[in-house]
Amino acid sequence: MLALPAAPAAAPRRQILVGTALACAAGVALIGSMIATWVTFRNQALNSGAKWLPKGVAVPEVASNVMLIAFLPACVFAQWAVYSAKRNDNKHVGLALGLTALIGVMVINAQAYIYKQMAVPAKGGAYNSMFYAITAVFLVLMIIGVIFSVVTAIRYLGGRSADREVVSAHALYWYFLAAAFAVVWFVVYVTK
Amino acid sequence: MTTLDPHVSSTHPDAAVGTAPDASTASPSADALVNWVTTADHKRIGRMFVVGALAAGVAVAVIAAVLGLDRADTTRSMVDIGAIPQFFAAYRVGLVMCVAIPLMVGLSVAVVPLQIGARALAFGRLAVTGFWMWLFGAVVVVVSIAANGGPGGGNQRFVSLFQTAHIVLALGLLAAVVSVGATILTTRAPGMNMRRVPPFTWSVLVFCLGLILILPAVVGMLAYTWIDYRHGRAGYGGTKALSTWLGFAYSQPATIVYAIPAFGFALEAIATASRRRLPMRGIAFAGVGLLGVAALPAMTRSQFGLERNVFNGSFSNFLNQAIPYALFNLLPVLGGLTVLGVGLLALAGKPPKLMSPLLFGFFGAGLAFVGVAGSAVAAIGDAKLGGTVYEEAMTVLILGGAVLAALGAVTYWSPKLTGGTVDDRKVLPLALIGALGVVLAGVPYIIAGFAKQPAAAMAFEYGGPKSLWNILAGVGHVLIALTVIGVLALHLAAARRTDPAIDDPWDAQTLEWATPSPAPDDNFSAVHSVMSPEPLLDLKPGGQS
Repeated sequence: MLALPAAPAAAPRRQILVGTALACAAGVALIGSMIATWVTFRNQALNSGAKWLPKGVAVPEVASNVMLIAFLPACVFAQWAVYSAKRNDNKHVGLALGLTALIGVMVINAQAYIYKQMAVPAKGGAYNSMFYAITAVFLVLMIIGVIFSVVTAIRYLGGRSADREVVSAHALYWYFLAAAFAVVWFVVYVTK
Repeated sequence: MTTLDPHVSSTHPDAAVGTAPDASTASPSADALVNWVTTADHKRIGRMFVVGALAAGVAVAVIAAVLGLDRADTTRSMVDIGAIPQFFAAYRVGLVMCVAIPLMVGLSVAVVPLQIGARALAFGRLAVTGFWMWLFGAVVVVVSIAANGGPGGGNQRFVSLFQTAHIVLALGLLAAVVSVGATILTTRAPGMNMRRVPPFTWSVLVFCLGLILILPAVVGMLAYTWIDYRHGRAGYGGTKALSTWLGFAYSQPATIVYAIPAFGFALEAIATASRRRLPMRGIAFAGVGLLGVAALPAMTRSQFGLERNVFNGSFSNFLNQAIPYALFNLLPVLGGLTVLGVGLLALAGKPPKLMSPLLFGFFGAGLAFVGVAGSAVAAIGDAKLGGTVYEEAMTVLILGGAVLAALGAVTYWSPKLTGGTVDDRKVLPLALIGALGVVLAGVPYIIAGFAKQPAAAMAFEYGGPKSLWNILAGVGHVLIALTVIGVLALHLAAARRTDPAIDDPWDAQTLEWATPSPAPDDNFSAVHSVMSPEPLLDLKPGGQS
């Protein structure tokens, strides 16, 4: 047997970041497939001369636009947490994560407001059930985002401040949420 | 040059990840149960997936045999006519979601960390959660179908329960797949770049990425149909349309993705049996990647086929259909052909060692390839095979081939996973019986498909010996069930024996054989540095070429 070379240093792990990236890819496939089905149904309805949006239903555009705009500061705050974590600034990490979660709660609240304002019955047609399905799926992704923010903050402020990767993974997830909502906003609330 | 460096390290990054609590310090019964439920030991999670999937495989093969034999006589039925749609639903859902995917996921979870020199699975707790979600979802799905739920079912509550449980099942599989994908991308041994990973691991990566695209589409579709079904059923057409909306996950091209690890295992077994380095690894890996192209039409629920009379229309119309057809139907065929071609090249020259994993892997990948090629034919509208049992035959060939390869993989890696060694002479005949079973289950339906026997129907009429084709298909499924039972029984008997398996019984080439059999909790006592795709072969006499 020949002389054995020394093992090189272990590669950077980045497990949480890669795992989150794969989960985000799954999220893109989820939202993408639902949006594609929505567009197909809408085109079929319009091509056949039927109405797609049920009569009397008005989309509260202010609330949906505010939801979209809210993702801008959410992403900035998530990235702020990454920036602060690299500088070991625990207070700012906690503040940034807290603000991100707060915006998440605000978006969830806005979605609930939209449900109440639109008052679309779940029964009644393809639009009705699809509207609730796609927005509810996004709502679940939002709740996961808020929980992710809270857990990251607890981990970080609880003493695992060397574990910066989870903060980066958290930011990646919020970028995914912003991109996903931008598509949902355009298809469901703008072009309807 | 030596390419394997056992470098002992007490600070391995994986050391703290996912090892199960030490059972020796716990009271035997309750704590052992807790260990099984909460374990993060990838070998144990993988075994649970594999055993669960093989047990489901026997049940699905029995259902398929009953359906085949029942279709032999269209004037009488062995089962209640009203229950026929539920039998077909149980067969389709069971074959894909309870057998093929979990079997491949289980093997991946169990074997991949060992192959890449990792001490644990990334997100082991996520993987075990995925297993329990899958098991719970699968049981509830089966119960729902049995209680007249499922596609075409008439019991409202159980149809709804079927949809909910199916979401849980799909999310469970997705969790395990994310775990395996992250493991391959982040925990490879130092020096093991993507060109040096074993063929099986590469195929698992392509499989995982494919499932990450397909399974969320299944969940999205279930979310739509679930809400629609509970509220008016105006959008999706109620319970009968469930098969239409979910059918993409149970048919080609999605099934091609589920069978990808079979091709990777075939390459692995061929390299070991031929006792030489796999030639043209890059080309073989590209072939596996081309098989993964099937994930794109699957997630978009499109087959990109050629419409009828396409050759009679304008040239631009032909091109508009022919290019997507070639991209999404012929590229996977080319991929399968490439993998098998490289495999045959490796076997050329000196005769290979006759071992059951080789037979299982070769027959499995070969039959799956026939299914992939046949699916490309079915996508041609002028062939008029849509809606016939021909499509069922392709599913059987692809997934039956995948199950065969998986049985070979279980036999191949059993020393590492259970510590037991199965007498290969007893397994060899089972490989032949299994291959015969898949051929019988699939080929008669190819002929019947051309004769226009409709899919998932009990009443039909066409010229030719229709009883013979259906009886042969039923017998084929019986043989598959017997093969699975036989392999399971041999492994259970081997696992009970006290004599431990030797570390490298197959004289293999990859990293998992550098650790004792069975593999210890943390897989490797040393961190290996890898400098070639066949690190173990390099250490053997004559392996320094």
